[in-house]
Amino acid sequence: MTVTAAGPLPRTPYDVAIVGAGVVGCAIARELARHPRLRVALVEAQDDVGQGTSKANTAILHTGFDATPGTLEARLVREGHTLLGAYAARNGIPVERVGALLVAWDGEQLAALPRLARKAEDNGCHDTALLGPEELYTREPHLGPGALGALHVPGESVICPWTTTLAYATQAVRAGTDLHLNTAVRDVAWDGGHRLTTSRGTLYARHLVNAAGLHADTLDRALGHDDFTVTPRRGQLLVYDKFARPLVRHILLPVPTALGKGVLVAPTVHGNVLLGPTAEDLRDKHATESTAEGLATLREKGRRILPALVEEEVTAVYAGLRAATGHEDYRITAHPGQAYVTVGGIRSTGLTASMAIAAHVTGLLAGAGLDPGPVREPEPVTLPDLGEASPRPCRRADLVAADPEYGTLVCHCERVSRGEIRDALASTIPPRGLEGLRRRTRAGAGRCQGFYCGAAVRELFERGTGS
Amino acid sequence: MTAVRHVDVLVVGAGPAGLAAAARLAAAGAGRVEVLEREPEPGGVPRHSAHGGFGTLTRPLTGPRYARLLTEAAERAGATLRTGVTALDWARGGPVVTTVGPGGPETVRARAVVLATGARERPRAARLVPGTRPAGVCTTGELQRAVHLFGQHIGTRAVVVGAEDVSYAAAGTLRAAGTEVVALVTEDPRAHTGRARAQAARLYHGIPLLTSATVTELLGHGRLSGVRVRHRDGRTAVLPCDTVVFTGDFVPDHELARRGGLVLDPGTRGPAADGAWHTSRPGVFAAGDLLHAVEPARTAALEGARAARAVLDHLAGAPWPDPGVPVLVSAPLRWITPNRVTPGARPDHHLLRTGTPPPRPVLYVHQDGRLLHRTRPVPRVALPHRTLTLTARWHDRVDPGGGPVRVSTG
Repeated sequence: MTVTAAGPLPRTPYDVAIVGAGVVGCAIARELARHPRLRVALVEAQDDVGQGTSKANTAILHTGFDATPGTLEARLVREGHTLLGAYAARNGIPVERVGALLVAWDGEQLAALPRLARKAEDNGCHDTALLGPEELYTREPHLGPGALGALHVPGESVICPWTTTLAYATQAVRAGTDLHLNTAVRDVAWDGGHRLTTSRGTLYARHLVNAAGLHADTLDRALGHDDFTVTPRRGQLLVYDKFARPLVRHILLPVPTALGKGVLVAPTVHGNVLLGPTAEDLRDKHATESTAEGLATLREKGRRILPALVEEEVTAVYAGLRAATGHEDYRITAHPGQAYVTVGGIRSTGLTASMAIAAHVTGLLAGAGLDPGPVREPEPVTLPDLGEASPRPCRRADLVAADPEYGTLVCHCERVSRGEIRDALASTIPPRGLEGLRRRTRAGAGRCQGFYCGAAVRELFERGTGS
Repeated sequence: MTAVRHVDVLVVGAGPAGLAAAARLAAAGAGRVEVLEREPEPGGVPRHSAHGGFGTLTRPLTGPRYARLLTEAAERAGATLRTGVTALDWARGGPVVTTVGPGGPETVRARAVVLATGARERPRAARLVPGTRPAGVCTTGELQRAVHLFGQHIGTRAVVVGAEDVSYAAAGTLRAAGTEVVALVTEDPRAHTGRARAQAARLYHGIPLLTSATVTELLGHGRLSGVRVRHRDGRTAVLPCDTVVFTGDFVPDHELARRGGLVLDPGTRGPAADGAWHTSRPGVFAAGDLLHAVEPARTAALEGARAARAVLDHLAGAPWPDPGVPVLVSAPLRWITPNRVTPGARPDHHLLRTGTPPPRPVLYVHQDGRLLHRTRPVPRVALPHRTLTLTARWHDRVDPGGGPVRVSTG
């Protein structure tokens, strides 16, 4: 098992190098790890997997009911929904099938619902239903006044995006993939093989997969392709306190109209409620800051959808940058002459589609001359279940009896024990900072934001990592 | 379901209020008095408030010393202190609490429960301060624990948000940790602390105080690189720093109270309670900063002792009072405690806070349009972040069947 974060990179060429350890890059690594004969490198500029768009999204496992039929995205989201749903169940990734309601607030939106229902039908989503206001308010009693009706999509689910990415990467690394963190790719040259100039020296690979997310266009241009330009689209999101969770039962989606998309209100598997995102087209690929205007807009829209929500406390504010390309579809392209596959324009559906994208990309690599060799299914992984729907380790008498560290809580808001922090620090891909530890355990992610536990968690981290 | 264990009184939280209640109860022979503390050590916030201002005028103490004395008093009286044990939730029927600790999950049934879960500062996210999410952002609570309990390195340059007592305490902790304090920033036109303290910070330690100014954005990726500050007149500036401490803006830690369905007071956001600290849930009392965020530790301790008297009455069979008449405040007043009037539970006095200085320093107490009382508050100058007291002499004029009592400044 190899995870590196410093020092020189191996000199011998890899069969495949994947640039970008977001949810898509990790899924591709996991798919390739099913072929034990392949030597695969997963190369990531930051110090952890899932540090870009993958950590700052709406955490929804989509059915693909509203995709444009016939597109690659529509197919991969539909397939990915099934694949990831099954994978999550096998590997301890929390999923809650809460269903979605597209709530119509005016005549135009109401008129759009039957059309969306037909589109869902075309996308293989046969269980949608139109609801009148009475049934809508029965299902969502805290909804603000004035809703006219809704389209119910029962298959829409919420999922833990961090655990998903980490599960893929963990499985890949255990099956032999080399994960190189803190490795920013500065340039790439093709000369019968790929030579990647990185912040940690040169890395050689016969095949290259570009899963660089926001930076996929830059890498693509380095290899002479000018197919698309990534425009970062910022989405700011508010995470509300767990006391808000009983206020909402479904994912409340906006009805897309000519005037653009509104914001959604969604429960999270961690027991919070999300409000967002904004949609701001920017130039700066590092502009992950929230803004006063963005937060004010979200709160104003949230007040209309679920008035009681904005009375609760906010426990986190974050902003993610989606990789918009101006095209209404994914930009997944094979360049067989360069033994190279671009995985660009993966929008907010990328989490759902990740496993299907990975299978698709593996097919393209084979078409570009990669002989993957025989298949050996990797061992399932069991990551800590961070879902609020299942009992936290401290609640399990058997676990605490066997190891009292699981009964010693450090983060009180999120009920995180010393045992869980110890396990995360000893895991296959250990966190390299407190933020990584938080994503793996939820320590410090609660309403006090470290008032009580911040120093104690830091102490455990620094002692555990010797830093 | 785990086996149910029985105690006479369960106190949740071993801060000044909880420890004082436990000491009084155990000394009075209330039976088995158990205090749950989720932290590894008892003492509450004073434990890491490594500065003076505790104890009495004749016997001033530092926070840690005060915490030790309260702990010893509770233990000497015979109360059982269980540290590292968290009260998670309530089980069905009566005051029954589910807990967890290194010994595993447990269910504890008590004849009375005293909630003394304290208060905390609202963090950056709850205050909706925009910007990036770098490291180097904390509250005073986290800062003090990091420095005084763990000796951790903080940073080189820090901005303190707030200019009240706790903000100056944070500045002191930062200086003790070798961190330069760049400035104290407050939205108010002046600092809310003693003149001597404000002047010492400004003149002796050279810490600038930026008044009428708001931190509008945090900057930096990975580690904080600065904060953007906007003055009321529209000017903005960036203060380079690697640490920012959000101080004050305390809220009661009411999770367990809310989970238990206790009626909360709209002003304090803590449990609504009468003069003997009965909450809306029979058998459940509240004390300390859970009732009002925040008051000096000695106030919390006195409330714990007062709650203990009521607990003893309850154990002796006194009936649980009806909800009583709510006491509400009008702006600019923010909250009042106690905030319920019940017969036989008259407090010594009420505590109030104001948001902005009221136009006239006169307090009026009305019920259904009827003036019950009119007084000048103590102290005479009503300022934000300063406690006002109001006598409770008007309680016997309250109509138990009438509407809410309203306290206003005009």
